[in-house]
Amino acid sequence: MGKLVSKYIWESPVRITHWVNFLSILTLSATGIYIGSPKTLALTPSQYIMGWVRFVHFVAAYAFTISVLSRIYWAFAGNEYANWRSLVPYLYKEGRRNMKETFLFYTFFKSKPPHSLGHNAMAGTAYLSVFLLYIVMIFTGFALYSEHAPHSLVRTLFGWQFSLFSNQGMRLTHHCVMWLLLVFAIQHVYSAWLMEVTEKNGVISSIFGGYKSAPTKE
Amino acid sequence: MDKTKEEQLDNQQNKPLKEPTIWEEKGISRRDFIKFCTAMSAALALPVTFAPKIAQALDEIKRPTLVWLEFQDCAGNTEALLRATTPDVATLILDILSLDYHETIMAAAGHQAEEALNGVLRDQKGKYICVVEGSIPLRDDGIYCCIGGKSALSIAREVCGNAFATIAVGTCASYGGIPAAAPNPTGAVGVKDAVPGATVINLPGCPLNPDNLTATIVHYLTFGKLPETDSHGRPLFAYGKRIHDACERRSHFDAGQYVEIWGDSAHRNGHCLYKMGCKGPETYHNCPTQRYNMKTSWPVASGHGCVGCSEPNFWDTMSPFYKRLPNVPGFGIESTADKIGAGLAVATAAALTAHGVISAVKKDKDTDEKMEN
Ligand code: HEM
Repeated sequence: MGKLVSKYIWESPVRITHWVNFLSILTLSATGIYIGSPKTLALTPSQYIMGWVRFVHFVAAYAFTISVLSRIYWAFAGNEYANWRSLVPYLYKEGRRNMKETFLFYTFFKSKPPHSLGHNAMAGTAYLSVFLLYIVMIFTGFALYSEHAPHSLVRTLFGWQFSLFSNQGMRLTHHCVMWLLLVFAIQHVYSAWLMEVTEKNGVISSIFGGYKSAPTKE
Repeated sequence: MDKTKEEQLDNQQNKPLKEPTIWEEKGISRRDFIKFCTAMSAALALPVTFAPKIAQALDEIKRPTLVWLEFQDCAGNTEALLRATTPDVATLILDILSLDYHETIMAAAGHQAEEALNGVLRDQKGKYICVVEGSIPLRDDGIYCCIGGKSALSIAREVCGNAFATIAVGTCASYGGIPAAAPNPTGAVGVKDAVPGATVINLPGCPLNPDNLTATIVHYLTFGKLPETDSHGRPLFAYGKRIHDACERRSHFDAGQYVEIWGDSAHRNGHCLYKMGCKGPETYHNCPTQRYNMKTSWPVASGHGCVGCSEPNFWDTMSPFYKRLPNVPGFGIESTADKIGAGLAVATAAALTAHGVISAVKKDKDTDEKMEN
């Protein structure tokens, strides 16, 4: 094994959007669960608990939306590790090989995952689905948001979805996808830990500082 | 008050009343009449300054003809209209329109009744207003609703197609309503879907609020055209605002005070019905302000959540009426999205823990093997 060097992998936009997503998804889930099945917390009608919870949900929603849009932009403007191609490994040969080996590693048929500096191939694939779920949340969220203003621009932009979903179906989708994202989050933390301990490449610290350790030959 | 308005009012008051107006004949005082005109300008969301204009238009009414067709209905909208306890101006508006055909309340029957309708079609083509109550079945050539040997569809084509305008009253006539609920055995649709060429304005609701019908007709008599509508063909003055945003229980929603069980203290204190499945947040109608039965009450005021009856396909899409969210398709009746979601999260955590343990054990073994080599 050659010497290890630190290599700059995750540029700041990738790290910042990652943490904005983290914070906003936590906030959106906590407030969303309350919006979905609120408890009576107020003693008088002049309090504004649901009002504030919804306000926080909508502010976090804007932060989340801007973050997701920025990350999508960076998938075209950023370095090769941030590039959209790393989310579709099955489109090229090396990616397909990587995917197979990572899969074999996860299912215990191999003891080491293939070496990769950016996302590993399975993770890239998962992130694509997660991004699609983000988009679903943003679209259904803004459609629900537009209900208070049926003649607004938001309604024009997102209201067409009411002809795809029934109104209740839209709420249910917005609600269920939250759970899918939370399930993803659990899995995501676990995989990061697993890679940290098997690959010992500093994947966990990389999302804070941007650097991963890499063999010199790279 | 500026000059022109003063003049307008003066004109109104000083108008030489050579002959009694149609209103006075009907025993309605000038005062009540003006009060009604003001209420109508409010219902239509017009400035009060329009009241004199409405009054003038109604004074000069040329008795447009109205025909009222009933198809797959329960006559609930007719009921709503007839329920007015004291016949007020609103009901008389319908009197002074010459109501030439209405199966439930007309005296004529059988061929005589059909002749009345044929007379209108012959003499008033393109001028009369048609009101439709009930949905129109399309399946099997429309045989599921026939009147005088003709299918509802062919009657609607002829009568709505030749009307100045058609007012679809109630959700069935507007969008198919309850007869169109899944599995829609008769292939029921609303008027606009049955006769796409007709000029249709929808006044959904189960039943419609008769005040909105009166206001729509007053709008037509005053301005000579139908009021502006939204994408579901409903007039904006009545369906432009969300129930939730005008609801008298709204402050309890924002505060966070919810009814949990029917009859609990929150329910008795008039708190928010959100958790009991109220569909006010997704329904557009002026119930909270216009109210029903001579402005007495409306469902949420009387303690029952909104079921979204003025929205297309409400029977299928707003249910379950007494729960916030529907169940997740494919899972048992009692599984809510939250139970399934939490279950999935726990299962994932468990599976990953297992995966972690196996990895750790395996790694130890790998290291052992390496050391042995
Ligand atoms: C990861 C992101 C998000 C999560 C986890 C989330 C979660 C939730 C949940 C669980 C609910 C309750 C649904 C119900 O039971 O009816 C909800 C409601 C809602 N969410 Fe989100 N949401 C997210 C993003 C967004 C976005 C981007 C918007 C856009 C503005 C949005 C707007 C709304 C609105 C308007 C409601 C309904 C509030 C109401 O009816 O008062 N959400 N959200």
